[in-house]
This record gives sequence, C-alpha cells and structure tokens, in this order.
Amino acid sequence: MAQAELAVKTLDEQEMLRLFHEMVLVRRLEEEAARLYQQGKIGGFLHLYIGQEAVSAGVLSVRLPKDRVLTAYRDHGVAIGCGIEAKVVMAELLGKATGAAKGKGGSMHLADIRKNFWGGYAIVGGHLPLAVGMALADQYRGDDAVTICLFGDGATNIGYFHESMNLSMVWKLPLLWICENNKYGMGTSVERSSAVMEMKQKAEGYAMPNSSVNGMDVLAVRAAAQDALGTVRESGTPYFLEIVTYRYRGHSMGDPERYRDSEEIERWRKDDPITVYRSQLIADGHFNAAALAEQEARVEQDIQEAIEFAESSPDPAPSDLYSDIYTES
Amino acid sequence: MTQLTIREAISQALWEEMERDQRVIILGEEVGLWGGTYAVTRGFYDHFGPERVRDTPIAEGVIVGAANGAAMAGLRPVAELMTINFAFLAMDQIVNGAAKIHYMFGGQFKVPVVIRAVGGGGRQLGATHSQTPDAVFAHFPGLKVVAPGTPHDAKGLLKAAIRTDDPVLFIEHATLYQTKGEVPEGDFVEPIGVSKVQRQGSDVTIITYSKMLQLSLQAAEQLALEGVQAEIIDLRSLRPLDMGPALASVKRTNRAVVVEEGWRSFGVGAEVVSRLHEEAFDYLDAPVKRVAQDEVPLPYNRELEQLALPQIDDILAAVREVL
Repeated sequence: MAQAELAVKTLDEQEMLRLFHEMVLVRRLEEEAARLYQQGKIGGFLHLYIGQEAVSAGVLSVRLPKDRVLTAYRDHGVAIGCGIEAKVVMAELLGKATGAAKGKGGSMHLADIRKNFWGGYAIVGGHLPLAVGMALADQYRGDDAVTICLFGDGATNIGYFHESMNLSMVWKLPLLWICENNKYGMGTSVERSSAVMEMKQKAEGYAMPNSSVNGMDVLAVRAAAQDALGTVRESGTPYFLEIVTYRYRGHSMGDPERYRDSEEIERWRKDDPITVYRSQLIADGHFNAAALAEQEARVEQDIQEAIEFAESSPDPAPSDLYSDIYTES
Repeated sequence: MTQLTIREAISQALWEEMERDQRVIILGEEVGLWGGTYAVTRGFYDHFGPERVRDTPIAEGVIVGAANGAAMAGLRPVAELMTINFAFLAMDQIVNGAAKIHYMFGGQFKVPVVIRAVGGGGRQLGATHSQTPDAVFAHFPGLKVVAPGTPHDAKGLLKAAIRTDDPVLFIEHATLYQTKGEVPEGDFVEPIGVSKVQRQGSDVTIITYSKMLQLSLQAAEQLALEGVQAEIIDLRSLRPLDMGPALASVKRTNRAVVVEEGWRSFGVGAEVVSRLHEEAFDYLDAPVKRVAQDEVPLPYNRELEQLALPQIDDILAAVREVL
C-alpha cells in the first residue's frame, strides 16, 4: 500500500471540495432512490440518509483504509463514504447482479470487503457484537486498525448495545462507537424512548471516554472523528462519539410521519449540512458559487450514470439462488 | 485406537486444533479459570493463556456476536454456550447473523465460527435447562448443525467444525460426557453432513443421533436376543442432512423407526419420515414410527422427567410395532 494511503488526507481545498461533492452525491443518490422506489423499481424497505450526509462524509474522511467500518440499515451514505461507487450502490438497490451484494442484500445490506466496509445490518443493535469481535481479532493479531461502528440512537436501548459497550471496555478493544442520534427510533422520539437525552451518557455507565458533536457541520464532525480515532488508536481502548443529526425523510419510504410536525423538519432544514457548508466555503473564500455549481453538475452526471448502469445491469441468474449459502458444499 | 470419554474426545479436539492453528480461540462463560462448567476446557487457560481462552460476562448475545465478528475478521473462534437453552438469548446472532452473512452479502464474508452448546434432558434441571431443541436450529439454511453420539465422532466432527469456513452449531449432550468409545490415535477429521451406519442389521432400520444413538444401540442388543437385527443409522449432522445411508438401509429392511430426544411435533423425526415417504415410499412395509419426547415442558421430578424422555422400552415397542 502506498504511503499516501496510510495517512489521513489533510484538510486542504481539494479535500474540502471532495467533502462537498460527497455530501451532494449522497443527497442526490437518495432523492433518485426515492423516485425509483415510487416507480416500483426498488423493492423492500428503503431508509434514506437525507439530512445526515455530514455524518458519513465527515467520519469516513478521516478513517484509514485498514480501519473496519460497520453500520446499520440506513447505510447508503456510509457505503459511499467507504468508497463504494454510486452505481454499485444503485445497482444493489435495484437488485442487480452488479450490486454491492450481488442483488441478494438490497438497500439494508450494502458491503464491500475490499473497502473494509463490513456491511449494513438490519437488526437494530445486531452489528455491535460483530464489531466487538472484529476489534478483538485485530487486537489479538496485534494489528493497529480501529473498528468504526455506527448505529442510531434507537440501538442504545437494546441489550446488544449494553453487552457490547461493557465487553469492549472489559477487553479494552480498539473500537470507535459512533451513535448517530437523529432523534427518532423509527417514529418514537428519544424523549419517548430513552431514559437520558444525550446518548453519550450511556457510555458514562461503562467508564468509556465520550463526547458529542453537531452532526450538521461536516468539518466539526470530521474534526471530532479525527480526535476520537486518534484517541482509540493511541490508547487501544474504546471511545464513544455521539453525532447529533436529523433525518428529513421518514424512517423508511412507508412512513406516514404522524409523530412529528413539518415545523420541526423546517427548523432542522435551516441547519442543512449541505447548505451550511456551501455558504461556509463561499464566505471563507475557498470557492465561489460557480465552482460549487460545477461540482453539483458533476454529481448529476454521476447519478445519471449510476441509474443507467443499474437499470441496464443484469438480474442475478436463477442459479445464483443457491450460490453462497455455504462456502463449501 | 484408544478408549476416550466424549468429554476427553472433545477436549482433545479443541486442544489439538489450538496447537495446530493460532487463529483458534475459545470464548464463553467460565471457559477459562473455572475450566468449563462441564470441565471440557480444564487446563486450557494455563496452557494457552487468557488471550486465547477468554472468560466472558454472562451475556450470550455478545458472546456469539463477538465470535461471529472475530470469525469474519479471520479468527476461528469456538464460542461455548453453557447450555443450548441459553442459545435462545443468542438466537439472533445465530440465525440472523451466522447463518445469513455469507449469503446476504453476496459471498463476500465468511463466518467460520463454532458454537458449542450443551443440550439434553435427564438431569432434573427443570424446564428451562433441559431442552433438546436441535430441530429448531436445523431449520435455517446457512448454518451447519452437528450432534455427535460417540467419542470418535465427537472428536472428528469438532475438528471438522473448526476447520470449515462455515458456521457450525456443535451440540453436545449433557449426559453423554462419560460415554466411552474407541478413538483413533492422532489427527483425524470426520466429514460434516455425512450419516453413518453404526450397527448393521437386516430387519429394521433405526434412524437416530446423539444420546438416542446410545439408547438405540442398547435397544438393538436386546432385539438381537429376540432374533431381530436392527440397522442403526446415525445422522450425526442435522444440516446438511444426509439421507443416503438411511434410504439405502430402508430399501433393504423395508421398516423404519426414528428416535430423537426432542419433541415429536415439527421435529427431526418429522423431517426424516417425510424424506422416507418422498424417496422410499414403495419400499415401506409399515408406517414409520417416531420415538420422541412427550410434548410437555420437562418437569423437575425425577420420575416425571424420565416418563417424558424417550426410553429403551419406547424404542423396543416402536420396533415391534413396525415389524
């Protein structure tokens, strides 16, 4: 591996622009996915990441290739952040053989072992114990990789969370736990489902170092994640980072959203991570509006290519029904 | 050949695999300092150290989940569940995790985990510690379910389970640990998913596995005194289920009895009988009988518990009915 790949990219203008491009890409990917879902081209459940783009873009901009990543079922942004191409994500949403899980996983089960992205998992909290095991494997072999495990606020109420927080501290594992607090577990708000309002308080019970950051500010997320990763890499022990964010769309496409009013969504939209970042880049004199518009035009092209690729890709063959049940027959 | 108990056979298999492959680690409740609640891992902690023999909190979800994750990341973990009844606390990791991950992500990840679990009734442990729910786990494609009934197979199949890249639930019977038998010297592996003729006979076929194999062998000795030669097929693996030897045997004997310790409804016997009907219907001279546990939660009282569990007399009665 080249030395350049072993170091975190410095936050120069190129990197600033890349972050902008990635957030816009994720947003547009999600908007197009919603459209294709309405057309019946995407089946099953579709959980959109719109509003939370700064989380995946910020966190994954500072991970090293050797760091493992796992997340929950709202996984499109994380997949892009890990380096999976938009067309491969889109192909999976359409169930195609060229998709990130060969059409067998769908929206909730994107993964790419070559990118060290160990998957999206659709059982709330179910991937936290997997992260414990992966970090254990790295620790056992003496590798200095960090396992980054993202999950929602909803997952902090389930037993898996507490079993995993506890054991990761008992075994002092190189784990970065990232709680994406988007204020709702499906349609039930944090206020109605959690005994504490700050998710990081739950790390306190396990004597785990922790902090929180505004998840609508991509540079703040990036800095917080870099600090947290550095702490884990140095200490070899877990850290809990709460990232406060918000999803504009429903839990999934079939969500009637009776649990919140449109004013609440509008309040959050004022802090929209892409809008805020765009203004910031212009105000700080890094880029003018035209340069950013050019990025957005590039994204449009990427998205159209992704859709064309996905739609023209073949379905899995009938014989694939029986492939990969076991590694050997 | 040497004489070993099943406990010694399992212990040897684990020890030899850990000596052979640094990737093999053990984790579970009381596997280390205590030496295993069934004493299978006694001496392991001192020899292999706390990095490879890892005591865990009593938290089955993360025990199996961490084992799955470590397996995905390249280790070959052996997770011990003190009893299979606790596997229900880890059911999600077994069913939604281990059994699905290879397929669901398009074959990218492997989960070479072994989950050892102690099952079976007969020790007056009451309803929640005495179950034989093997059929429940055999229901899920993606998982391999192995349940040996002899020291030879316990050792050879556990080695195979550790070496395969697929997830394996390895079910040990709590009352079989003292059962003795011949085991080859040195390293050997028994194939998973291959049934075995444990006794040859021409009059009736008994299809069974695990503890009920031992009872069936004893029943066969009694039947022999009556001039009836029973052939005994040991399934050894419930998934993949190898019906080959059972079908070949039934085509010769034309009569069959299926013996399992678990409940009758939706059980191993139900599956085996279906397969016999599908593939050997024309060869059957009598309806296939099932011997299984009475459909009650197992009671504590010794007499009541034994009343519910299949006994040698139940096997004899079933065989006499099909003859």
